[in-house]
Amino acid sequence: MNVSDGASEVTKSLSPLSSKYAREIEAILAKYPPEQRRSAVMPLLYLAQKERMYVDRETMQEIGEILGMSTTDVASIVGFYSLYYDEPGGKYHIQICTDLPCALRGAEDFLVELCERLGILPGETTKDGLITIEEVMCLAACDNAPMFQVQSSQGLEYYENQTVENALKLIEELRTMATRGPGHYESIRSDSDE
Amino acid sequence: MNDVGREPPAGHILLRHREIPEIDNLEVYRQNGGFEALRKAVTLMGPDEVTEEVKTSGLRGRGGAGFPTGLKWTFIDYDRYPHYVVANADESEPGTYKDREIMEGNPFQFLEGVAICAYAIRAETAYIYLRGEFWQIAESLDRQIEALERSGFLGDNLFGTDYSLRISTHLGAGAYICGEETALLESMEGKLGQPRLRPPFPPSFGLYGKPTVVNNVETLTNVPMIIKHGGDWYRNIGTEKSTGPKIFSLSGNVERPGNYELPLGTTFRELIYEHGGGIPNGRLIKAIMAAGASSSLIVANDEALDTKMDYESVPNVGAQLGSASVIVIDDTVSIPWLINKTIHFFKHESCGKCTPCREGNYWMVHLTERIAQGQASMNDVELLYDVASQIKGKCLCALGEFSIEAVLSGIERFRTDFEQVVAD
Ligand SMILES: Cc1cc2nc3c(=O)[nH]c(=O)nc-3n(C[C@H](O)[C@H](O)[C@H](O)COP(=O)(O)O)c2cc1C
Ligand code: SF4
Ligand code: FES
Repeated sequence: MNVSDGASEVTKSLSPLSSKYAREIEAILAKYPPEQRRSAVMPLLYLAQKERMYVDRETMQEIGEILGMSTTDVASIVGFYSLYYDEPGGKYHIQICTDLPCALRGAEDFLVELCERLGILPGETTKDGLITIEEVMCLAACDNAPMFQVQSSQGLEYYENQTVENALKLIEELRTMATRGPGHYESIRSDSDE
Repeated sequence: MNDVGREPPAGHILLRHREIPEIDNLEVYRQNGGFEALRKAVTLMGPDEVTEEVKTSGLRGRGGAGFPTGLKWTFIDYDRYPHYVVANADESEPGTYKDREIMEGNPFQFLEGVAICAYAIRAETAYIYLRGEFWQIAESLDRQIEALERSGFLGDNLFGTDYSLRISTHLGAGAYICGEETALLESMEGKLGQPRLRPPFPPSFGLYGKPTVVNNVETLTNVPMIIKHGGDWYRNIGTEKSTGPKIFSLSGNVERPGNYELPLGTTFRELIYEHGGGIPNGRLIKAIMAAGASSSLIVANDEALDTKMDYESVPNVGAQLGSASVIVIDDTVSIPWLINKTIHFFKHESCGKCTPCREGNYWMVHLTERIAQGQASMNDVELLYDVASQIKGKCLCALGEFSIEAVLSGIERFRTDFEQVVAD
């Protein structure tokens, strides 16, 4: 199948993303018809964001080359979708839902109080550069407000039925983990699972 | 073969994980009749027969518009191939969290529904488009799809026939508009998630310009039960024109928020008071939104509470059933604050493609903010009403129309709330 042609082409060019994630890229491209490689742009951006929680210009260019898109086209995708970042932020983005159903259950007070305790405003990052607090729209967990998700290079994790004290405890754990280095993320799970 | 006249099962039809633990395990799902419907469809029924059964069931799309599902499948253009199925798992309407529970709790029934739909429209490739935040769900669906391939329920030559099917997941990245089916298809093609001009509709011009069925997760999760028990059996549930069970996502000022699977036609009163436990802290109910943030505000009087939640009855109280995301609003909530909230959402989510929606929502954010903060006069309220009215009917997609629902109905039906905030 054409898929393997695509993959070998990819692995040949030894730019960072393709050399590091050759197998992943191959698997992503295999999902779409060979003449529709562009469909892979969103999964490739996620892959690129795994490292540092943002995608730099060079990586956008590389993705463009893999898919036959211009760098500008890739950049416009990054700009359009809110889960992609083109500049560095905190290591962990705590994204609190303050949309209507959650707001009716106290999410706005939760946000204000948590930010106060951290000494920052919504949208800002703590001084140690680790925690960014963001206000986001509905995350499809409206029955368990207050709730937030933590977005990091490791992915996204939901935390539901939260209190400010809970959240501060989690933030402490994230800080400890950040100083111990990666690989400890798995030890923290959201209580919403199962 | 049809279980005509038989009583619907006592338990859940969609949220079956609530009775059957570990139904998200393939073995357990199979022990409970899993993939019998797909086997029956592929080995004993022709594709058109499957579609016919779904038509008989009266199933209507659960993504919001309530369009008859079987009818949609017949619109597929059979002169052009390949065909695609795209399951809409974008679920971003504020107040909606039912597809998430299905995919987490009862994923194989959903996947079986995707497969049966694909067989019916002669598609050999199906995609599941999930909102980016459902990253973990996508990972578990990927594992479940692999398990199905290993067990011969997906892949080449299903059940020894010449029918083959592959299903893949695709993650969005935080854009409500990608729930709109044509924006979703654009997004899947690696473009900005902006709606297409319609017609043509997806069944003739869909993914990569090919005939495509886009159906909601809940819609597709109904399908295995319809094929297993027959369309006539399914019609026993719900009302004559709104058949079947529906998952109502109940949120807001209510004692027990949550997903409730109930027959279409259940009243608001039963949902909110019997199942939801009523309004907490001894407060009174003031308003209801039936379709998430995209709803007009229903005045929660006795007439409204006794209204049946089905596609025909909700319009009698000036609203739509939509995705049946019921947001309960108590008497402490100020409607100007509420519409500022909804407009904030729509302004954020407008894709910017057409001027009335992009500019209109920009103006409405400023106006509703001033009004909610008590820094406006009644003239500003009239101006807001005017701006909203001008957006009506001028937008490329329904998002623009959704954005003004709460504003217009709020000002019309809760005028005293506005008089209060502008007065002080
Ligand atoms: C702004 C907007 C957002 C939408 N979001 C969703 C969504 O998140 N999930 C969904 O299934 N349908 C959504 N829809 C409806 C889809 O366009 C489409 O009608 C639906 O997926 C068809 O499936 P159904 O017939 O099974 O309901 C949305 C529509 C609009 C206009
Ligand atoms: S109505 Fe709004 S969301 Fe829809 S196409 Fe126009 S700008 Fe985009
Ligand atoms: S409104 Fe917050 S998760 Fe839905």
